[in-house]
Amino acid sequence: MSIKKLKKDIFVHFIDNLIRTVKVIGVQAKGERFDYGLLASAKDLRLDYDVTLQPPKKYFLPPVETLVTYEVGDGYSSQYDCEQFVLIGVHPYDMVAINQLDELFRQDNVDSHYFARRDNATIVACDVVNPSKNVFASSMGTATVKNGYDVLLTDIGDSYLAEAATEKGENLLAKAAGAEEANKEDLNKRQQVWDKNEAGLNKHQLQCKVTDLPRLLGRAYNHPVWEEKAKTCFNCGSCNMVCPTCYCFDIQDDVGWDFITGKRQRAWDGCLLDGFTKVAGGHEFRKKRADRFRHRLYRKGKYVPEKIGGQIACVGCGRCIDACLPDIANPVNVYNRLVADLGVK
Amino acid sequence: MAICQRCAAEKDIYLPRLVTLEKKRLMNPTEMYIRLSFDESEPFDFIPGQFVEVSVAGIGEAPITVSSSPTQKGYFELVVRRIGNVTNAIHRLRIGDKVGIRGPFGQGTYPTEEAKGRNIVFICGGIGLVPQRSFVNYILDNRADYGELTVILGTKCMAQRFFHSELDAWSHRNDIKFMETVDEANDCWLGNVGVVTTLIPKIEAELRSALVFICGPPIMYKFVLLALNEAKVPHENIFLNLERKMKCGAGKCGHCQINNFYVCIDGPVFRFSDLSIAPEAI
Ligand SMILES: Cc1cc2nc3c(=O)[nH]c(=O)nc-3n(C[C@H](O)[C@H](O)[C@H](O)COP(=O)(O)OP(=O)(O)OC[C@H]3O[C@@H](n4cnc5c(N)ncnc54)[C@H](O)[C@@H]3O)c2cc1C
Ligand code: SF4
Ligand code: SF4
Ligand code: FES
Repeated sequence: MSIKKLKKDIFVHFIDNLIRTVKVIGVQAKGERFDYGLLASAKDLRLDYDVTLQPPKKYFLPPVETLVTYEVGDGYSSQYDCEQFVLIGVHPYDMVAINQLDELFRQDNVDSHYFARRDNATIVACDVVNPSKNVFASSMGTATVKNGYDVLLTDIGDSYLAEAATEKGENLLAKAAGAEEANKEDLNKRQQVWDKNEAGLNKHQLQCKVTDLPRLLGRAYNHPVWEEKAKTCFNCGSCNMVCPTCYCFDIQDDVGWDFITGKRQRAWDGCLLDGFTKVAGGHEFRKKRADRFRHRLYRKGKYVPEKIGGQIACVGCGRCIDACLPDIANPVNVYNRLVADLGVK
Repeated sequence: MAICQRCAAEKDIYLPRLVTLEKKRLMNPTEMYIRLSFDESEPFDFIPGQFVEVSVAGIGEAPITVSSSPTQKGYFELVVRRIGNVTNAIHRLRIGDKVGIRGPFGQGTYPTEEAKGRNIVFICGGIGLVPQRSFVNYILDNRADYGELTVILGTKCMAQRFFHSELDAWSHRNDIKFMETVDEANDCWLGNVGVVTTLIPKIEAELRSALVFICGPPIMYKFVLLALNEAKVPHENIFLNLERKMKCGAGKCGHCQINNFYVCIDGPVFRFSDLSIAPEAI
């Protein structure tokens, strides 16, 4: 697959031309911060962003989506969103999260609604230029990414290096008029960016190897940290909502005003929310805040990893740290506390 | 919304198929028996222990275990307790109505093969009889393949008893030992009184070598497990039906998770020894 060099002015033309032919989603400024949105012009694209408010998962698993529609007394029919789009600016840690969601939505039973969107997306990932204030991707091994994207961009000063990793990516880059072949020096510059990020996206240092986490958690179930941290949790679920790897959802029916037609929708849900495990009759299985708080960090560090070949389901984006008002959601703080008290075996 | 050809050809795990409500009967104040038939061109194959998501358009879905045995062809039976939105709506369905179902779901089923040649004991609390009944009738229909069969049932009060004629038939057969108790009885009741654990010492088959299946309200499990522990039944021989909130039935939505297990795909029937790593289970 090819590696091209696009001078920054050439890159702008390339994106503007792209916008004319296909739906393009890209990272843009939103006040002082950044978020993904429909791109109207290449000048709005901000590949120097630190972190987006929301992770890109919403383009594959929207906050609310219709799964099936029905007519009361008649049948049900599947609904899909299968519009093609290009998603530009996905940071490596978020790309790792998408790769994990791909596996989780494929496993056991293929979720065709997720893949309708996923298969219609062309993902242009980009290496981090400015670290955010709480990123810890270096600790999690997600500061760079080697697969999942169609194209990977790296800012090397006056140009972007663009590596195509798939046929989709190759086709996309073929549209970049004026692109040059990357030379050895360019590749060295890219390697320097990678080396820098692999060490430097680390505002919080995990005190063990990331692969130690499942075993560490295997010994930490009754540790006091769960109660201690959860004491000030408001069950707001923000840590779930902003997380690129959280994917729990609720399913609800919405019947139309005619009381005949309706739709069955899924909407994001969160394991920290009170009621997540509540059944008819009132019994709630994870009733205590500490149980729910622990469940989230076990999903990130043990349960999901055990389903996806050992990869840890916290990618170190730091969003939950920003989102948590009582400042208890930081996974590194909890895991480090366990390392300090229990040691790594 | 326009759907591309590729998507239109995908198998959709959220899409219900339609079956027909053929019979319904209120069995006691809260439990409705329903019988659903399907088109033979699209057969419905399941293993005892599996459940379906029953859809009521405009209301939602509820997971319900199939209560009939797969040896009964052309239809399947459910028993639904009225407790919330969907289950009340199921009670209101009429004969002839089309009902949406998804499934069958659950890879944790009754071990129909492993149980061959073994003595088998079912311990049921109230509505816990409903899923167990599928395997009980499966055994009765393949009687020679299995050893001694014992079913014990505890019901809270007389008014909640159900499947009267079927249970009556069981108690008159000599290839199944059926015992029943009620927590609170009135003067008309001539049978056992007390909680279900009081019947455990009366089981004649050797418990230690039997496979034991438990299904009932959450509170029952602890007491029954304690009694089985005293009787030295190995944990590998004990199976529990677990219930959790469910939405997708397909291992995605996260609602039914018990530590690292998903009730909808790993269960709903679990081997007790497998649950030793799942403190949330009981
Ligand atoms: C594997 C399994 C098998 C079951 N088999 C039977 C059966 O054979 N007969 C029977 O009467 N009941 C059975 N139940 C319980 C039944 O699913 C609930 O009573 C039912 O979902 C309640 O839905 P509702 O809409 O009436 O209540 P609401 O309180 O309105 O519930 C809203 C939604 O929450 C979820 N939910 C609520 N309670 C439960 C629950 N206990 N279990 C799972 N999801 C829940 C459902 O998605 C439901 O639609 C089973 C549950 C499970 C998990
Ligand atoms: S963001 Fe913080 S307060 Fe809110 S649910 Fe998560 S841990 Fe609790
Ligand atoms: S747990 Fe927090 S830091 Fe880790 S991926 Fe989720 S939001 Fe990011
Ligand atoms: S019901 Fe959704 S994961 Fe089990």
